[in-house]
Amino acid sequence: MTKKINPWVIVTGVAFGVAALLLAHFGNPGNMGFCIACFLRDISGALGLHSAGVVQYFRPEIVGLVLGAMVMALCTKEFKSKGGSAPATRFLLGAFVMVGALMFLGCPMRAVIRLGGGDLNALVGIVGFAAGILVGALFLKGGFSLKRAYNQTKLEGFILPGLLAVLFVLSLAIPALFRRSEEGPGSMAAPWVLALICGLVVGALAQRSRMCMAGGIRDVILFRDFNLISGPANLFVTVLIGNLILKKFNLGFEGQPVAHTDGLWNFLGMALAGWGCVLLGGCPLRQLILTGEGNSDSAVTVLGMLFGAALCHNFGLASSAAGPTLNGKIAVAVGFVVMLLVSMLNSAKKEG
Amino acid sequence: MVDARGYSCPMPVILVQKAVKDGHPEHLEVLVDNQCSLENVTRYASNQGYAVQSSQEGEDFRLVLTKK
Repeated sequence: MTKKINPWVIVTGVAFGVAALLLAHFGNPGNMGFCIACFLRDISGALGLHSAGVVQYFRPEIVGLVLGAMVMALCTKEFKSKGGSAPATRFLLGAFVMVGALMFLGCPMRAVIRLGGGDLNALVGIVGFAAGILVGALFLKGGFSLKRAYNQTKLEGFILPGLLAVLFVLSLAIPALFRRSEEGPGSMAAPWVLALICGLVVGALAQRSRMCMAGGIRDVILFRDFNLISGPANLFVTVLIGNLILKKFNLGFEGQPVAHTDGLWNFLGMALAGWGCVLLGGCPLRQLILTGEGNSDSAVTVLGMLFGAALCHNFGLASSAAGPTLNGKIAVAVGFVVMLLVSMLNSAKKEG
Repeated sequence: MVDARGYSCPMPVILVQKAVKDGHPEHLEVLVDNQCSLENVTRYASNQGYAVQSSQEGEDFRLVLTKK
């Protein structure tokens, strides 16, 4: 067991929790100070990639996370343009991670934030996420690999961060170009300056600490290493204490904000997301941070998640507070088949 | 020698773990090409009872693991 915990991981977990509390307090939906899956879905809607009117907003938090990580990586000379490790597979995996996350209604970090608000449905989701990681980790031990990445031209690593920055500025300068929810979760937002600053700070810290929910659980399973998991653990404690102080803690399954109570599909949705994340090498937050570090494989994954979010709403796959949909259940089942195929076809054959 | 250049987490650690478990080497050299992998392999090797010396070679890092 690892005794050394990188203090940056603890700092990031606490800062993430404080930022999540602030953002929810100042306008973001309940228990959704941060949610990478939800916010990518909102951006997908803002760009008109889907037409679900209640989840459309160009979320500044996402832009902040990527740019914060990029600035930190440039300062520490860790920015490197790299890519070429199975980009199409990563796009597909990113899309199905989104299918799983939107079945549950949240990324792994939001699951922790939800739990810190007393939402016990999140506990079911986190157990499912861990189960998915366990399955993926078995394939990793069995030789799964998406093969190596290669150095790319410097420009390559700046493309998606630059695109996000330009679109964000456009969303402020010419808002009529973008769709914006007038009701529902997409209409609920903290002031953009606060959202951007929170994103920048957390993005920079997450780049230093490598905080990752999928990596945290995976490292415990594979290496008995508790370093990364200390980030989400501190996030949970921070959000829990904050919600108790703010009197927003509401323990139970029923009546939780932007959540449903179907335990089986909360479990299965997050299991699918967990399996996908461990194959990808990181949770949705980590994919954003790596995008900021110049990793174009992660940039492709983020694009896959945006695409997946669009499909989720165009095809009626995403859950709502009323519960999962039949289409969503079928998509999650298809997702498991895809994960199995990707896992098997990318595993090294035993040497004979 | 484990050449983990081009691989991102957790692959470098998995490759080192395999080399350590299969051969229990007294000395092992590892090449990685990013800071994150350098930190992760160092942490794993330290936990397995290895002293780790690292040096930068261009854009890569060479780690020399020696059993304590």
